[in-house]
Parts: sequence; C-alpha cells; structure tokens
Amino acid sequence: MRADLDIINNWVAQGSRVLDLACGDGELLAHLEQRGVAGYGLEIDPNNITACIRRGVDVLEQNLDEGLDNFDEQSYDTVIMTQALQVLRRPDLTLDEMLRVGREAIITFPNFAYWRCRAHLALKGRMPVSKTLPHHWYDTPNIHLSTFADFERLCDAKQIRIRDRAVGNSQYEAHWVSHLWPNLFGEVAIYRVCR
Amino acid sequence: MSEHAPSVPADDSVGIVSPQKFHFDTPLPLACGRQLNHWDLMVETYGELNADASNAVLICHALSGNHHAAGYHAPDDRKPGWWDSYIGPGKPVDTNRFFVVALNNLGGCHGSTGPTSIDPDTGRVWGPDFPVMTVEDWVDSQAVLADRLGIQRWAAVVGGSLGGMQVLEWSTRYPERLLHAVVIASTPKLSAQNIAFNEVARQAIMSDPEFHNGHYLEQETIPRHGLRLARMVGHITYLSEHSMGQKFGRDLRADKLNYSFGVEFQVESYLRHQGDTFSERFDANTYLLMTKALDYFDPAGAYGGDLVKALEVAQCRFSVFSFTTDWRFAPARSEELVNALVAAGKRVSYACIDSPHGHDAFLIPNERYQAVFTATMDLIWQQQAGAASCAQI
Repeated sequence: MRADLDIINNWVAQGSRVLDLACGDGELLAHLEQRGVAGYGLEIDPNNITACIRRGVDVLEQNLDEGLDNFDEQSYDTVIMTQALQVLRRPDLTLDEMLRVGREAIITFPNFAYWRCRAHLALKGRMPVSKTLPHHWYDTPNIHLSTFADFERLCDAKQIRIRDRAVGNSQYEAHWVSHLWPNLFGEVAIYRVCR
Repeated sequence: MSEHAPSVPADDSVGIVSPQKFHFDTPLPLACGRQLNHWDLMVETYGELNADASNAVLICHALSGNHHAAGYHAPDDRKPGWWDSYIGPGKPVDTNRFFVVALNNLGGCHGSTGPTSIDPDTGRVWGPDFPVMTVEDWVDSQAVLADRLGIQRWAAVVGGSLGGMQVLEWSTRYPERLLHAVVIASTPKLSAQNIAFNEVARQAIMSDPEFHNGHYLEQETIPRHGLRLARMVGHITYLSEHSMGQKFGRDLRADKLNYSFGVEFQVESYLRHQGDTFSERFDANTYLLMTKALDYFDPAGAYGGDLVKALEVAQCRFSVFSFTTDWRFAPARSEELVNALVAAGKRVSYACIDSPHGHDAFLIPNERYQAVFTATMDLIWQQQAGAASCAQI
C-alpha cells in the first residue's frame, strides 16, 4: 500500500463515513472498507471509475471544481483528497466545501518549496520537473502549486485548525531534516484539518 | 458489407432464440383500480439458470422494445434483438454466467396481453379498453413471472430509459428481491418537456381519422399516419443535434432544390422511413399506453415529492449511467437520482458516458460504456456468488 494511504488509514476512525475526492482507482476506499469505513469516491477519469467499480468501491463521476452541492452539511466524518489540491481551479473554495460537508478533512499535496524545486529554479532557472511533479510547465495539470507555508497561511486566514501533519519524501518517509525544516526538506505532506 | 446477418451468428451472439409464452390465471390488480384475470407474457431467456437460481438477470425494455433483446429468431433475420450489443457470451451481460430474462411488458404488442389481444370477457379485441398500465403494474407482473421461473431474487435488474424506471421501481417495491439495480439513461420522473413531447405524439395518433377512438382494428384499419408522426417526433428526441448533423447534415436527396414541399433533405427521408416501418410493426393503442406509463412514473409522488424518502426502503446496490448528449433524459436527471440515493445512504456508482448519440446511446456500442457496464456486471457476479454462499451458511 502507498505510504500516504497507510497514514490516512490510521487517521480515519473505524466505522466512520468518508468521501474520497479524486479517489483514483479506489485503492484507499477499498482498504478503508475492510475496517468498516463506508463512503463514496468522486472521480472524473473514466479508467479510474471503471477500476473503482471493479474493486467494488462506490464511485460517482463528479467534477470537484463544480463544488459538493449534492452533499449535506456535516454529513461525513472525514473528507479526503490526495494529490488533487494543486489541479483544482479554486483550491480555497474546495477546502471550504470539504469542511462544510465533513467534520474533518485530510489533504495531501506536493511542496513547491522543497529544496530540489528551489534548486531547480534557482540554479537552472527553469520550472522544476521531478518524481512528484513530472510535467512540463505547459502541459501540467498542476495549475495551483503551493508550499506548506502557503497552505498553512491559507488555513490560518480561514481559521482552519491543523490537527495533524505528516511530512516526508515522495514515499512519505519522514527524516529528521524534514521534521526540523519541513518547508525546505519535505517533498509531500498530509494535513488533517478541521474548523 | 452485407445487409443480411451472417447465417451463422458470431461467437459472441446468443444465436438463434425462440420466445416462450407464459400464461397466468393469477389476478393482477392494477394501479388504475381494474385487474387482469388472465394474462400472457412473451418471454425470451438466454443462458442457464444455476441450481440455486442466484444468477438471474432481468432486462426491462423501453418504450418500443420487447422480449427479443438478443440473438436472432431465424438465420436470415436482418437485425438481432434490440440489446444484442450488450447481451451475449463474453458481452457485458454475459450469458455464459447469467441467466437472462427479457419480456414484452403487458400492454405491449408483441405477444404479451395488450390492446391487440382478445378480451376473454367480451371475446373482442381489447383496443382502447385495455387498462392503462403503469410501471408499478409491470413490475408486479414481472415479480409473478419471477415466481413462475423459480427466481426468488434477481442478481440484477437492468434497463435503459423506461426500462430504467422499472428497475428503480423494483428496488423499492420488492427491495429484498434484487441484489443490484442498473439504471441506464433514465430519470426518476419525466419533466414537463418530456410530457409535452409525449402529448404531441398522442395527439398525432388520436387525431388520425383512421384512429376511430382506438377501435381501428374492428374497422380493419390502422392509424398509420398518426403513428408515423408520433414516431418521427419521438425519434428526434432520441438523437442528438450532433448525431443528426453527422448523419445527414443538410444533404439533399436530389442535387438541387425543388422549391416544393416534398421530401428534399435526407433527414426528412430518414424520419419518414423510420415512421413508416414503425407504423407497420407497432400498435397505436400500445404506443398511447406506453407514453402514459412514462408520464405517470413518479416514485417520489407518494412521499410529497421527496425522492430520498421514496428510496429509503431499497436494499440493493445501484449503478447509474447517463450519456453526455442525451437531452431526453439528460445526465442531470440521472444525477438527481444519484444524489437522492446518496442522501438516502444507498450504495451507488455513477458514470456519465461521453457519446455523441443522444438518448439512443444506451443501445449503441461504445468503448467506455462497454468497459464500465462489464465492470458492473463483474461486480454483480461477485455479489451474487457472495450472497449465495452466505445463504448456504
């Protein structure tokens, strides 16, 4: 299992109700289901939707940029979104929606202030291309890249409380330097936030 | 390309099939307050029912469909059954696994009791006196058929359009009798625009001088003209602007304009052809009745318009598919159903499939549709295997 999914698995209480936004092929939900967690995945990629169904994961074709109007306020325990924040048209509004529908949100995204990104930009003078950010500037789906510091600032401005944070490399392995200077040495992070 | 089907059907065809007529003397109470005491259902089945009768799939047909869903009746049939693209060995509804049941609904005109049948009480053709049927009535009759076939619980009930409405009705009317509901290109109720189109179709039929208040068979005639118009209007709503444009554009039949009111554009000729063939094979009273069943369907009606409440009783899992260019039952109508299922806490998956073919897309081969439908039927196969082993314990 992907390391990030393992961490998220530990943060979701047994028997709770979840939404997984941009759920991919349904790996996380399939895993959570074994622990009695029920919910829906939201996805727009046709192949991923078929893969979810194949796994028996309940998946709904829905574009996150159009909001979560079809879900009631505080109707889920946790709303999860892995590696999708940066592709949304308005990540800030989606964050609001996640905490309107869920009592808690879990979000993962890549850190643009990771030292390699900084070095790439500073030394080569070009937009970084890496394992976590594999696209060129012109074809990237990542239209809203941010840093951990940016995200935490947004949370602060919206009075969103950060309950937990796990920072690591692309495999979500933590290291003492990423503990000490997460915004410089952390490549990806998982945040657990609430209002 | 040959106009005719190959004399030996392809490996993924159910091959040559023959319908069976089931007779029932069980009185069937109807929503309109009347009842049918003696009735027939025309049925086709494909595949084998397994020992514990857990692999049965019911196929519900749309407005002009019938029991002939797959395969050929004779080697020289020009066309296979109406859903042959999706039913057969190795196809999404895989007849190597599932026992597939398709029927002609009551009120139909392809062998099941309907307006063209003889009313046993009068000895005359039912005609317009045949009771107006509802989706609920059809589902009740299908449940009696299931009893006769020894099927306590369907692995899945599957249908598109009006067929999808029957699927939805199954999920709430007999919640313990199906594991999975597959609702395709359908809606939880018709919109005013849908009803309006149906009314135009009905008016076309009823204003035909050959209609004779529905007693046309006794006059040894049929309201051919009205039925043709009704089909032309209906057909326009089944296609998308894009697919009509692709198929016909503004192509002319001759190479210049005639400045007359005859058939000039290819699309006119096509619609007339559709209308003509339809008016030969379909009964006008059945058409009226089927459109009425569409108009009346509204499971939320009994719950003050609250679809979530209406769905609360359902126990099965749901799969809902819609098509991007379907403007008859647009994706938004499927989403209305999906949202209500989500609010009711039901297990549901939803896919909105990209297709240029409008409402008709649910009948037409399409790579993504096939993939997602196959995955769904695979899941249903696992579900029924799981449920069957639970039942043994």
